[in-house]
Amino acid sequence: MHTIIASTRMRDYITLALFTLVVLTAPLWGKLIGAGYPDLLKKFAIFGLFAVGYNILFGLTGYLSFGHAAFLGVGSYATVWSFKLLSMNVIPAVLFSIVLSGLLAVVIGFLSLRRTGIYFSILTLAFAQMSYNMAYSVLTPITNGETGLRVLRHDPRVLDSLFGVQVEGSPLGGLFGVTLTGYSGFYFCAALLILGFWIALRIFRSPYGLKLLAIKSNQTRMEYTGFNPRPYLLSAFVISGIYAGVAGSLMAIVDPLAGAERMQWTASGEVVLMTILGGLGTLFGPILGAALIKYLENIFSAFNDQTLFQIFDFLPHWLARIMVDITSPFVGDGWHLTLGVLFMAIIIFLPGGLMEGFRHISVRLSRKSGGDADMASLEAAEGESK
Amino acid sequence: MSAENGNIVLSISGVNKTFGGLQALSDINLQIEEGKAHAIIGPNGAGKSTLLNTCIGRIRPDSGTINFLGHDLTGGNVKPHDINQLGISRVFQTPEIFPELSILHNVMTPAFARKEGTFSFNPLNALRDQKGIEHEAMDLLADLNMADVSRHHAGNLSRGNKRRLELAMCLIQHPRLLLLDEPTAGMARHDTNRTIELLKKIKASGMTKVIIEHDMHVVFSLADRISVLAQGAIIAEGHPDEIKGHPKVREAYLGSAEI
Repeated sequence: MHTIIASTRMRDYITLALFTLVVLTAPLWGKLIGAGYPDLLKKFAIFGLFAVGYNILFGLTGYLSFGHAAFLGVGSYATVWSFKLLSMNVIPAVLFSIVLSGLLAVVIGFLSLRRTGIYFSILTLAFAQMSYNMAYSVLTPITNGETGLRVLRHDPRVLDSLFGVQVEGSPLGGLFGVTLTGYSGFYFCAALLILGFWIALRIFRSPYGLKLLAIKSNQTRMEYTGFNPRPYLLSAFVISGIYAGVAGSLMAIVDPLAGAERMQWTASGEVVLMTILGGLGTLFGPILGAALIKYLENIFSAFNDQTLFQIFDFLPHWLARIMVDITSPFVGDGWHLTLGVLFMAIIIFLPGGLMEGFRHISVRLSRKSGGDADMASLEAAEGESK
Repeated sequence: MSAENGNIVLSISGVNKTFGGLQALSDINLQIEEGKAHAIIGPNGAGKSTLLNTCIGRIRPDSGTINFLGHDLTGGNVKPHDINQLGISRVFQTPEIFPELSILHNVMTPAFARKEGTFSFNPLNALRDQKGIEHEAMDLLADLNMADVSRHHAGNLSRGNKRRLELAMCLIQHPRLLLLDEPTAGMARHDTNRTIELLKKIKASGMTKVIIEHDMHVVFSLADRISVLAQGAIIAEGHPDEIKGHPKVREAYLGSAEI
């Protein structure tokens, strides 16, 4: 793990500044890769935040949760309820989502962390699927079941009526008069992503983060070293659950409705893929993974046979026909097949994800550090005298 | 024997334990004095590991009491982190380190347990501000000749170095009692000697130690007192010189081996 290495305060600030710059200029560089529109950029930011938080649990402690979709869903519902009951202002909505997803994470985490490994994963999956099914059935008065929960014009919105804020047209999330649609919506998501990234960076550089990594590395030694792993694991689980809750809240802010499908296991699986694809346990990896998956999804799911024919236009018609037949299962609704192939390729050739790829490149570009020689000479001295 | 009236750190009295029909420990009485290195030797299956785990409250004895500095550890099922927080650090037969962490962080992590207890939530503190702990860890690593490689993964170390690293991880905690479970098991002679040198340094510093060991060379270089365990019972106890000449010990354990 190269995450907790000697880092100076200055280096951390530079990292944050560069990250902020890249995120805030996304509308500009997004245009170059055909992603320069708010809907996709918002997805980058929201799923990036989701993955950054997920990485604090999975990347640092090694505990693989298959149930984080539950927190995503609860965050969305909490936000829509805040829109309905309190205000269209997003601040109480985000706070409400943090509280509810945090509470749910305490409960699910407390119960699931009684087990480790595959049993932990299955418990989290079971709790998330239970939440999903309850959202569809017994909790319909809260979740509005299959229809999904939406904001209506005549909802009470106590705080808004108290301060005389009028809602005109269809109600949209706002921040003190600024409606968060389009790019303003993206910048709100971006601000929370940057904040979330900064907190994750601080955790990675803290003794607390070191202890989480130590739990992943050797739990027996951790216990005999005098640490109780349970509260460490639970706090990491709750932090990552809150990140997921905020991501869910942002989904409901940029598009004020919440449905149970957000809690389905596929959403939990997706964040696992994002984290591993980008680089498990690295700071930037999960964000890269999230952006890559959302970017490719955007491209491939938009394809249909028509567009494929256009791509293979240069081939003779019969050959184009065959090519379209071969490729069509991989695009449109079948884009997950492409994702699967990509995922397998990464796992086989770059088990450390995209970040490992970058590391290989940077090692090849710069000379090997002298430290490896120190290590070799230490062990060589052992060998000679045996 | 001037040390007869030293403070007792760990006191085991009248401990019995059976597993099924097997008498694993029978009427064990042991007093571990402060500042002494107490070795427990015995052939395979003599009950050394059972005794060690009983000493730290991991195994509940059928009868008898275990007292560590006034804390009753007889109940069994004492949590490993509580054992450590009482002041008992442990070295395992196979080195238990954090292979994915850097060598420096391996040594720093246990220091936090001493400073902060079983749990502390400080996710926004910076590790780089923990200069005191870092310096102490680097001093220990300098003793192990590992200062130059402190930023490398501990998993890449040889077994002997992993063992010495594990020792450093225990030492930074300044334990009241250091438990060493076959500290030189599986090591080449040269490695064993280096480890003995390191342990002698600790001995000089007056740390109380319980050493479970096979290797006579190690035992007689390090121990102030030796208890010999055979078939779950202590058949002899005394100064290394007494043990060397003890006929029962020769018969039960040493056989014809030269000492």
